[in-house]
Formats: sequence, structure tokens, C-alpha cells
Amino acid sequence: MAEALIPILIDWLPYLMQGILLTIGLVAAALAIGFAIGLPMALGQIYGAKPVRYVIEVYVWFFRGLPLLVLLFLFYFGIFPALGLDFPALAIAIVVLGMRGAAYQSQIFRGAILSISEGQMTAARSLGMTRWQAIRSIILPQAMLIALPGWSNEYPIILTDTAVCYAIGVMELLTRTTQIVSQTYLTMPIYLACACVYIALNYAGMKCLNMLENKVMVPGFGHAST
Amino acid sequence: MQVRDTMMDTDCVLKVENLCKSFGSTRVLFDISFSVKKGETKAFIGPSGTGKSTLLRCINQITEPDSGKVWLDGEEVTNSGPRINFFRQKMGMVFQNFNLFDHLTVQKNVEIALLKVRGMPQAEATKKATFELERVGLADKADCYPAQLSGGQAQRVSIARALAMDPDVMLFDEPTSALDPELTREVLEVIRMLSRQGMTMLIVTHEMRFALSVANEVLFMENGTIAERGTPDDIVNGPGFERMKKFIGKIEEYR
Repeated sequence: MAEALIPILIDWLPYLMQGILLTIGLVAAALAIGFAIGLPMALGQIYGAKPVRYVIEVYVWFFRGLPLLVLLFLFYFGIFPALGLDFPALAIAIVVLGMRGAAYQSQIFRGAILSISEGQMTAARSLGMTRWQAIRSIILPQAMLIALPGWSNEYPIILTDTAVCYAIGVMELLTRTTQIVSQTYLTMPIYLACACVYIALNYAGMKCLNMLENKVMVPGFGHAST
Repeated sequence: MQVRDTMMDTDCVLKVENLCKSFGSTRVLFDISFSVKKGETKAFIGPSGTGKSTLLRCINQITEPDSGKVWLDGEEVTNSGPRINFFRQKMGMVFQNFNLFDHLTVQKNVEIALLKVRGMPQAEATKKATFELERVGLADKADCYPAQLSGGQAQRVSIARALAMDPDVMLFDEPTSALDPELTREVLEVIRMLSRQGMTMLIVTHEMRFALSVANEVLFMENGTIAERGTPDDIVNGPGFERMKKFIGKIEEYR
């Protein structure tokens, strides 16, 4: 059985590999979009005018309040067609994962920014910095250091979430795995191989994030104090 | 009329006129007026919650006063719009809790405002920061992070950070209240040195002996007003100053 399995797996490896790469791309794009939208959202929620804060709160409430599958269906079958946009499933998956990630990331950053003592802003202003200079040079760099461990949590969450995109036919890892199963009928071994790939991706990603953490941490933040 | 007085008195670095501040229904400062000459050190003493810290914060507009005016070198600081960021550079502030920028090295803490606010080139800022750190005796700590410093060292760095902007006046808000007696001493030494070098300073402090030995004038605040004020010599040797003497006596009792 095992001897028969290996040639089959090797045969399907290139096909599976494409799915792995797509999954990695999906994770990277979703994290990047989540960061690019989530960080300004956190700033807006803390420093913004009341209407800005309100809009952000509604956004967060919406994207955190719906199951991922419901969001995917809503955008794939509803919102995008209604707007007359004929986007491929992959693009829609990136948008949904990214926008949903932004909702979560914004709250990670908000918590980090709020954890910085008021004295940091006061000291920066007392030196003649404008509010924006103080946010950019003093508050945000510290908030990033504080947020990093919590933010790292987003990686395995998004990675495992990408599997849900199977439902709208994105050709990612799980979709391709399922197709191989339906061709070979080797249900358990193939899904097991798929699980191993997820675990390996998870491990590799977390390793990278840990390395990043060790590289950027300074004494007084995290456990890097000497 | 008052405008011209201020402008003509070239000796006067800082002038505070009829400053008032309330937080909700609590009156914190009421009609505070005084002026500070160049090179002068004024010490503010008094019980907690009498508005001493609020007074300093109203001077550089970190807290906005309800009414009254502040003048620095003949220019109005209150109602100055975005120009307040210029005035604040000229009024170095030192805080009870140091408030060093925790993500930056000691060197960068002193440099950052020079780079971002003044737009000074990096090489020049490095030189200036090194000079100020030497002045407070901490050049060897340049590459440390705030978390690696003792409280006394941290406070001296924060003094260097304020000095780097070449302030006309230094505002010390209980600079030693978070420090043990030994560390208090090293910070007070630095402040004393600045006083000797002719720096104009306002110091809110509970170190009575220090206040009496370093200040040209001691102002006793009570319930948001300046209750009594006088030179250390008059306070120690002269008659009067009953409330201030009672307060100092109460504090020194436990020393």
C-alpha cells in the first residue's frame, strides 16, 4: 500500500504544489491588506473624529460578526455581482480575507496603541513635536513592538481560514487535495498529506515571525530585556 | 499696557498673568501671576493637589488654561496656534516619571526631537546629543535602552533630552518624586549644576532643603493660589511665612 502510494503522490506533487503556492499567496495578500487597512483603522478609531470612529466600529462589527463562509458567499454571489464586477474567485477571496483580517488587526493595533502610557505623548509634545510627529515617531514604533506577538497570531488564523475558500472554488491547497482524492480514492493518505503541508506552513511561518520578533525587540519590550 | 511692560522688561524670560484653570467644577489654579528673570530659579512647594504640576503644564500649554496669559521672551505663548510647537522647544520639561521614549536608545532619545522637530542633520544631532549626555554625566550610557537605566540615570537622560533643544527655561515637575534618596541626590546635583550655569528654571518639588538652597524664590501654593512667596533667606531667617514654615516643618519631621 505504502509503496503504491509514493509514486502516486509524486505524480500529483506538481499539481499540489500550485495549490500550496496559491495558499501562501492568499495568506500573504490577506495579511498585507489587513495591515494596510487595519493600522489606519486603529489610528482612526483612537484619534479620529466621531463619525470616523463610528464608521470604523460598524466595519469591525460587520466583519467580525459574520462567519467567514457567509462573508465569502455574500461577496461572491451577492456584492460583487451586484456591483457588476466579474472578479475571479481568488480575487474575491483575497478581498474578503483581507478586509476581515483588517477588522481583527485593527483591534490588535488599537489595544497596543492604548497600552502606551499617556506620558509618551506628553513628552513628545513638550519637545515641540506636532501630534502627528509624536504618533509617527514615538507612539507607532512602540505600538508595533507591543502588537507583534499578538499580531503573529493572525498568521495561523488566516492560513487555516484560506481552506474555507474551497467553498467558492479557489484553487488553493484544500481544493486541489479534494480533487486528487476524487481522482485517486486514496482519501485518508491524501488528506493526511494535506494536513502535513498545513502544519509545515504553519511551523515555517511562525518560525519566521519569531525570528522577526527577536530581531526587532528592544529591552523593555517583550522578553528581550537584558 | 501689559503688553508693553513685558516687551520692555528684557530681563524677564517668562511671565505668567492671571492664569486660571478648572477641571470640571474643581478649581485647580486661580489667578496665578509671577514673572521669572533670566538665570533665576523658582521653586514651587505645597501640599499635593494644590495645582503645582497643573501650573507647569499650563505654562507650556500641555494643559490648556481656561484664562490668563503666558509670555516667553516677550511673545505670547497662550493663543499662539501652531507656533506653540516652537515655544515648547524653548521650555524644556522634565517629568516625575521620566517619560523617556522606551523604544529608543539613550542617544536617540536626545536626538529625536533635534532630527524631527528642528530638522537638524544626523551628524550635528549626534554631536549635540553627545554633548548634552556628557553634561549630565551619561555619555557612557548612550547605547542603553531606558529599561536598562536606574531611575536617576533615566531622569538625567530626560534632562539632557530637554536641554538639547536649547531651552530658555526648564520646567521640572517633581523630578525626584519617583526616586530613592541616593538617586534623588544625583538628579539634584545636575539641577544644581544647571542653576550655577545660569539656566532659568521652575521646579515643583517636595525636597524642601534643596528648594531653599537652590532657588532664588520659593513660592508656596495652597488651593490653587500662591499663598506665600519669598527668598529662602527671608523664609528661614525672617518673620512671617507661617503657613509655609508649618508645611516645611511637617515634611522635614519625617526625614
